[in-house]
Amino acid sequence: MTSFVLNGKSVQVDVDPATPLLWVLRESFGLTGTKYGCGMALCGACTVHLDGEAIRSCVAPLARVEGKHVKTIEGLSNDLSHPLQKAWIEIDVPQCGYCQSGQIMSAAVLLSKIAKPTDTDIDEAMSGNICRCGTYPRIRRAIHRAAELAGGKTAATNERSGDVPTTEVAR
Amino acid sequence: MSAQATLDRRAFLKTGAAAGGGLVIAFYVPALSAQEQKPKPEAIAPFAYIKIASDEKVTIVANHSEMGQGVYTSLPMLLNEELEADWSKIRVEAAPVDAIYNHPIFGIQMTGGSTTTAAEWDHYRKLGAAGRMVLVEAAAQKWNVPASSCHVEKGFVIHAATSRKASYGSLVDAASKLAVPADIPLKEPKNFTLIGKPTRRLDTPPKTNGTAQFGLDVVVPGMMTAVIARCPVLGGKVLGFDATEAQQVPGVKAVLQVPTGVAVMAEGFWPAKLGRDKLKVKWDEGDNASLSTTKMLSDFSAQSASPGAIAKKVGDPQSAMASASKKIVAEYDVPYLAHAMMEPLNCVVDLKDDSCEIWTGTQFETVDRANAAKAAGLSPEKVKINTTLLGGGFGRRANPASDFVVEAVQVAKVAKAPVKVVWTREDDMQGGWYRPMWHDRFAAGLDASGNPIAWTHTIVGQSIMAGTLFESFGIKNGIDSASVEGAADILYGIPNLQVDLHSPKIGVPVQWWRSVGHSHTGFSVEAFLDEVAHAGGKDPYQLRQNLLAKQPRMLAVLNLAAQKAGWGKPLARGVGRGIATHFSFDSYVAQVIEASVTKDGTVRVHRVVCAVDCGRVVNPDTVKAQMEGGINFGLTAALKTEITFENGRVQQSNFNDYPMLRMFEAPIIEVFIVPSEEKPTGVGEPSVPPVAPALTNAIFAATGKRIRRLPIHASDLVEKRGANS
Repeated sequence: MTSFVLNGKSVQVDVDPATPLLWVLRESFGLTGTKYGCGMALCGACTVHLDGEAIRSCVAPLARVEGKHVKTIEGLSNDLSHPLQKAWIEIDVPQCGYCQSGQIMSAAVLLSKIAKPTDTDIDEAMSGNICRCGTYPRIRRAIHRAAELAGGKTAATNERSGDVPTTEVAR
Repeated sequence: MSAQATLDRRAFLKTGAAAGGGLVIAFYVPALSAQEQKPKPEAIAPFAYIKIASDEKVTIVANHSEMGQGVYTSLPMLLNEELEADWSKIRVEAAPVDAIYNHPIFGIQMTGGSTTTAAEWDHYRKLGAAGRMVLVEAAAQKWNVPASSCHVEKGFVIHAATSRKASYGSLVDAASKLAVPADIPLKEPKNFTLIGKPTRRLDTPPKTNGTAQFGLDVVVPGMMTAVIARCPVLGGKVLGFDATEAQQVPGVKAVLQVPTGVAVMAEGFWPAKLGRDKLKVKWDEGDNASLSTTKMLSDFSAQSASPGAIAKKVGDPQSAMASASKKIVAEYDVPYLAHAMMEPLNCVVDLKDDSCEIWTGTQFETVDRANAAKAAGLSPEKVKINTTLLGGGFGRRANPASDFVVEAVQVAKVAKAPVKVVWTREDDMQGGWYRPMWHDRFAAGLDASGNPIAWTHTIVGQSIMAGTLFESFGIKNGIDSASVEGAADILYGIPNLQVDLHSPKIGVPVQWWRSVGHSHTGFSVEAFLDEVAHAGGKDPYQLRQNLLAKQPRMLAVLNLAAQKAGWGKPLARGVGRGIATHFSFDSYVAQVIEASVTKDGTVRVHRVVCAVDCGRVVNPDTVKAQMEGGINFGLTAALKTEITFENGRVQQSNFNDYPMLRMFEAPIIEVFIVPSEEKPTGVGEPSVPPVAPALTNAIFAATGKRIRRLPIHASDLVEKRGANS
């Protein structure tokens, strides 16, 4: 039996402790927001928080979370109120959406450590998360926007993420 | 074949040709009945697509799958432009499989070819208008007033003269009993309130809190999870297997042979995978056991030395070539590519004696239903498909053989329980159905002023249609239109031209991959044109301008991209600028890329400027997103990925050896949309083809090195720099 705190609630689960946390979350707890993408910590789709740090749950054995706090995308907020969720919706980041739970969970750890990340900070924190749809420019903008929503006043003026694109559609 | 069916086939061809490209004529499926694939543009059935609840929630049924391209927002926008329900009350759900949900052009239910908006542009607006008209009629009858004296506003029918109003929800029962009018007038574009306005996607909120349901998230009571051991050589068969150790893994329920391999079934994914790891299978590797990419490369090149089947001939290229002042030749190679959707393939099947229910993210409902029915031994009406969200598609989930669906039905047959078949990343990457490997051999003859007067292009690569249900319709006179699209129909005014094709038969299953044939012709044609410009002493932008004099729409996007990119303005030391255009899926795209190469041969992409003319735009932000995404998708192909074979085995397995573009490599992308009142055209794919050539042309500008094979190898760049320094 493994005991840990999952999204703020104490839980116990009777699964082989060598099982990757990803499959325990998805199949024992029904928390399917955390995704399987590679099984080798290469794509970041399975990113969750372990005691506030981003981990790849596809390679983390259940035993590793004994007595610790695990947070999944479902635990980020009840009502889409997290600044990252607000920014993701405002900027319409997702396309297929499959990688986005992992993207948001990685970004959440970044913002918890660096309130106003630079583009270099974003490159470092987010390069473990693959998006096949190629939403990177929007993820970058949305992280800056979330930082702003979370309390910063001045807009990010980073070179790589200024709101450069101008959509010209005359109507 | 009945006269009616023959007529329908001609109608597909005609409409198809008008709607653009080789893909369109491909979708006649002889194995399906005429009824199953009959297009129904004439049958406007609003309440098959619109459900209005008593709480005024409006559910719009989407007959196309959402795989990231935004159709779960753009289809409701089209419909509600005319229905005029309260946008905040709109929901979307996937259509079940039924002929009423067929693609208006292709005549089967499917998503692909960048056609959703083009095909549904009139249909969804008419559905909305018809719905509104009968709702108004129902209110008018109730109030005993003329319908013309009523108007609608945000989900209400209003009779202003008597200050009466009734909600759509209160009228829908009566309205659904009324006949749909024969004449359904549509709004003038100048009166649009939704179409053309940047509109937030309806599917974003569930994609930010983990509630969006993909195929892999589906749970059916009593379900087992299956992982399949498949032959490491594509097409190989099981000779025998030893499941002793696999069966000892706790949680493993059964190990059973299926046509594609051996299925390990367990109470969850992990025990199923562990069980498979313990399985010992003896394979008959079959005909593909000696497949070798090295050999294929030399075979393709040798084949390209002589012309193939003629796909296009203009003027007299041979004589013009002979009379040219200067002649240049070049050969290009691109590899097999996997789609590598973030969500690996999966499919849930609940098979009973007289029914089969399927849950999966698919682009190909009608075909999947027919193939699943055959595998299950049931008639198609007994098969129900629930289309979930797709964690990426890129063409892989429109499989002509329905490989991942049929296999799951076969597993369910032996499992005798509901089953979810999960492909690991490795299974997905090594499972075949790749973008074909291509070889392109060019020759160009230039006149004394450096203008191209002769152009020959020999293409070598497997046919996607050959051997599929689509063969009889997709291949004409030995030409698979998908093999030569983007080459046989180039817009450049070159007076003497020949494009010909060899279609070698190789045992690698191949499939459409985002932008299909354009994914290789876009690269090779635009890269070679850059060589022509250089050989003729011309600026590559100006040469394109000259050759596009009679193509005003392409000329406009070319000029827009060049202007926004600051073509001709000085760049930082070591940075080069490349330009490319490509016409695909009836849309016009031009891109300018700024790139540099580090000492170790690493390519840095700094900035991509993209101009697009895709006709009238429904949701500008979606168009922009698709351009951004397609550019990053194209960069991954240009810089990183290839599927290669040795001893019949695929050499790549996961994102370590089939790497994707990552955040730190993703360039600044600027997208500019040309305002247009033409009919909407493709958006999901057209930004992919110009990326690779714009990049390699930029690399040439920066380093003087021509890249003629993809992906770009650092070794190709380091050598040259060494030699120069």
